[in-house]
Amino acid sequence: MHDFSYYIQLLLAGITVGSLYALIAIGYTMVYGILRLINFAHGDIFMAAGFFMIFISGTTSIYVSLPIVLILTVILGVTVERVAYRPLREAPRMSVMISAIGVSYLLQNFAIYYTGGLARPYPVIPFLIRDITIGNMTVKALTIITPVLTVILVVALVLLINRTKIGMAMRAVAKDQNTARLMGIKINNVISITFVIGSLLAAVGSILYFSNYEQVTPTAGAMPGLKAFVAAVFGGIGSIPGAVLGAYVIGIVETFIKANNDYAIFSNAFTFALLIIILVFRPHGLFGEKLAEKV
Amino acid sequence: MKQKRYLLYSLLLAALILAVLIAIDNSSLKSSMLSTILQKAAIYALLAVSMNLLNGFTGLFSLGQAGFMLLGAYSYAILTIPVEARSAVYQYFNGGLVQFSVPVVVGIIAAGLVAAIFAFFIGLPVLRLKSDYLAIATLGFAEIIRALIQWNTLGPITNGSNILRKFPTYSSLLFPFAVSAISIGLIVLLIRSSYGRAFKAIREDEIAAEAMGINLAKHKMMSFCTSSFFAGVGGALLAMFQQSVQAKYFTSAMTYEILLIVVIGGIGSVTGSIISSFLFVACSEWWLRFLDAEQYIGNFKVPLLRSGFRMVVFSIVIMVIVLFYRRGIMGTNEFSWHAIERFFKDPFGRKARMKEREKVTESHE
Repeated sequence: MHDFSYYIQLLLAGITVGSLYALIAIGYTMVYGILRLINFAHGDIFMAAGFFMIFISGTTSIYVSLPIVLILTVILGVTVERVAYRPLREAPRMSVMISAIGVSYLLQNFAIYYTGGLARPYPVIPFLIRDITIGNMTVKALTIITPVLTVILVVALVLLINRTKIGMAMRAVAKDQNTARLMGIKINNVISITFVIGSLLAAVGSILYFSNYEQVTPTAGAMPGLKAFVAAVFGGIGSIPGAVLGAYVIGIVETFIKANNDYAIFSNAFTFALLIIILVFRPHGLFGEKLAEKV
Repeated sequence: MKQKRYLLYSLLLAALILAVLIAIDNSSLKSSMLSTILQKAAIYALLAVSMNLLNGFTGLFSLGQAGFMLLGAYSYAILTIPVEARSAVYQYFNGGLVQFSVPVVVGIIAAGLVAAIFAFFIGLPVLRLKSDYLAIATLGFAEIIRALIQWNTLGPITNGSNILRKFPTYSSLLFPFAVSAISIGLIVLLIRSSYGRAFKAIREDEIAAEAMGINLAKHKMMSFCTSSFFAGVGGALLAMFQQSVQAKYFTSAMTYEILLIVVIGGIGSVTGSIISSFLFVACSEWWLRFLDAEQYIGNFKVPLLRSGFRMVVFSIVIMVIVLFYRRGIMGTNEFSWHAIERFFKDPFGRKARMKEREKVTESHE
């Protein structure tokens, strides 16, 4: 049997993973809330942020490259929206979703082309990696910084959405686009800002995630992306606290499953089983609003 | 009269294709790139049409294709590996639990049936969901199936995450074409039946279809199971084509590839899916290969070309189609001799437009 500190360590690792999923999940849930679109490319934007870091840190110091990575990721996210989603605003939902899959395919193939398909080592960010000792356990600073940073960002975001003018505009657009437009809200700007926030959080998540896993592959974004989406659905799509809660549930349970060798192969399958259970018993998620079907 | 002529054309075309295939099968071309492309494209055509039945004709956006292909491929392999080869294949599991093997045809049908049975049980909870939720739930099921098959505890049956091989494959190029053609034929018959019309009604408007007395749950389930049956058959063919099968390759990327074939061909067009399968496979495996190697024109090294560039170009082409040419090659139309005849008589539709204009002026007078 393992001792108590083993489980505490697993729990800490789970919380870290959960926080990372939370950062990605917020991007999904915000975009879905406003556009009703599963942004399949979100996970790949997260992956792209990893590669931005690798290439920029090769030319300049790590602390200069951090803000540059954030900016580049935001530009990428907004560009994807402009080029691939905006022209299809009036198209059937299936077309937009296919477009999102197409973008994901493009980003992955481009990453494979650029790297030759190999995993690239992620640069070491000293203040994230250094060891911290608490009691008789030693953990990476990352394990502590990640959840704290996530909580700060989530609180800031909730304040932004509930207390500011742009937040009000976002809520209005999510409720009803046409009415929002009649009220003088510039829909396109609001959507762009949603993508800015989503990509920014994905970039922060990417820096923390890849510092932990130490390498980036062209398909590294796909699985975290899907899991974050499941987290968003679990919490009720459109609800930020819900997405965060879902992300922690998935992160922690997954870490415990992974630690047991017999069932490690089900760590991904668990996420999807959770998705199906929640969709069958509570289709609008834990905190989502129930939408009536209109003819 | 016209009908007879078109039937004659179709028979001639079929005979021509058959003759070409037999010629390739009996010549040195058999082991060439051309032959490989044709086999793979025939299999992909079946996979694309089966996905189109669900996504294009019934309007159910499902992303579970790879999972059902996986079930088909594994069922076929597990059931048909000769008994004497089992100890070699299942070397980590003492020869495995299954100690019999069935003929190829039975194996292929079983592949379809297993996929369809799984589809039935998956469909019970999942088909109630709407568009994107359905997509993500079916995608999830494909992942769950992949994990289950790789699970070590099921090893005596599935060989865990190890490769399955030594099952019977086909020797003639005609085999995948024949199975594919029969399967697609059956799907077309289904689409043209009253069930097919019900599918299309559901695609156009679920609520209206329900009001017309169409049993939504029953028809959705029928479409889902049929599509999965043929995805399973396609998976079995793919296993034969590759001569081995391993669960880890049946990822969601495979589903996306087939989805993109359907999109390029036109969502809701069987012939579109077939044409685009052949184009897609030929481009990705053959015609665009040159993009992956360094090229020189004289002394000038063409920039950008190196391994992986082909897929980048490919994905850009796909994005352009998705964004600017959403109908794909065929839209929701089917290949018809009538359309071709009209095209040759009046290539740019000029005469038709003139006639239209005359009619308008006449009605004004």
